[in-house]
Amino acid sequence: MPLHFELVTPAKLVRSEEVHMVVVPGSNGEFGVLEGHAPFMSTIRDGKIQVFASQGATPDEIEVAGGFAEVADGRLTVLAEHVAG
Amino acid sequence: MASLKELKGRINSVKSTQKITKAKQMVAAAKLRKAQAAAEEARPYAERLASVMASLAGRAGDSDNAPRLLTGTGSTKRHLLVVANSDKGLAGAFNSNIVRAALAKAKELIAEDKEVEFYLIGRKGRAPIRRAYPDRVGVNFDTTDVREPGYAEAEKIAEELIGMYEDGRFDIAHLFYSKFKSALTQTPTRQQIIPVPAPDAATTDNSAPTGAVVDYEPSEEEILEELLPRYLKTQLFGALLENNASEQGASMTAMDNATRNAGDLIDKLTIQYNRSRQAAITTELIEIIAGAEAL
Repeated sequence: MPLHFELVTPAKLVRSEEVHMVVVPGSNGEFGVLEGHAPFMSTIRDGKIQVFASQGATPDEIEVAGGFAEVADGRLTVLAEHVAG
Repeated sequence: MASLKELKGRINSVKSTQKITKAKQMVAAAKLRKAQAAAEEARPYAERLASVMASLAGRAGDSDNAPRLLTGTGSTKRHLLVVANSDKGLAGAFNSNIVRAALAKAKELIAEDKEVEFYLIGRKGRAPIRRAYPDRVGVNFDTTDVREPGYAEAEKIAEELIGMYEDGRFDIAHLFYSKFKSALTQTPTRQQIIPVPAPDAATTDNSAPTGAVVDYEPSEEEILEELLPRYLKTQLFGALLENNASEQGASMTAMDNATRNAGDLIDKLTIQYNRSRQAAITTELIEIIAGAEAL
């Protein structure tokens, strides 16, 4: 099962889709999330999230600010205060 | 009895009032739909954040170095009442209901010998609260220059509140706003926002099974410290959205009533007008007949 990725802002649910991998700029360094990642929580520094729809695909970049990431049950939820792009 | 001309003038004036109330009703109905949609779209974020907060607060909230926003100052002396109102009227009892709830709470707190200060959001709450407690209104947050209060405003308010809290200007903050139930019912609600009440883990949908090993980066405390202000913002944002939807709902109902009243009044005045006209014609005829008979 691919990774379920959700990007949520206070105003709305921006994205909810199945993806291959997401690279998140965590406050302690970038980390990539693939399916089956262990439960994990991290704050995010302002920067770009890279979404890989499939292996080797060009990443889709989303600019976020004031974010927070949570991995649980094979899904990645990114809560961000501001999203651009 | 009023003359025919006067009656006609009154009918026309009621008609134009009815046009205004009808227009306002339709505007409110359209805005209500938008406000409701906005409130709905904001829900996923609030729910996720609440569930994260619940699990974090459960783990890190008891430790000694838990942030003050969560544990409180240890005193309950000074209260800040944050009252969210709208900027415009024509919404029935919407604003006065919120103000009444806030004033009742203020009275209760003062009776308990606590200090009370107000923080007002929106224009419509200022006058009545200032009348009741002229020297207790601390801050007016102005929302007149924005069309609909959004996240930017919630952010500003939250930052101001946190700043005041850190300066030690109050110990407990309550938020007053109107909860949207339906277009017909909105309930004025009080909610404690500072210290942040830990969301109940049982009621929020917690996707991570408790007991699962979760890695934190940085530490739990640091995450909690960063998320608390954000949680406060989300709560304020949610309240502003609810308030906006409530305002439109209240406005719609009030304007519907006003339009109907105006219709009734027009009917009544029209009947009166027709009767007077008939009476005038009858009198004229009698005069003519009487004159003819006298010849």
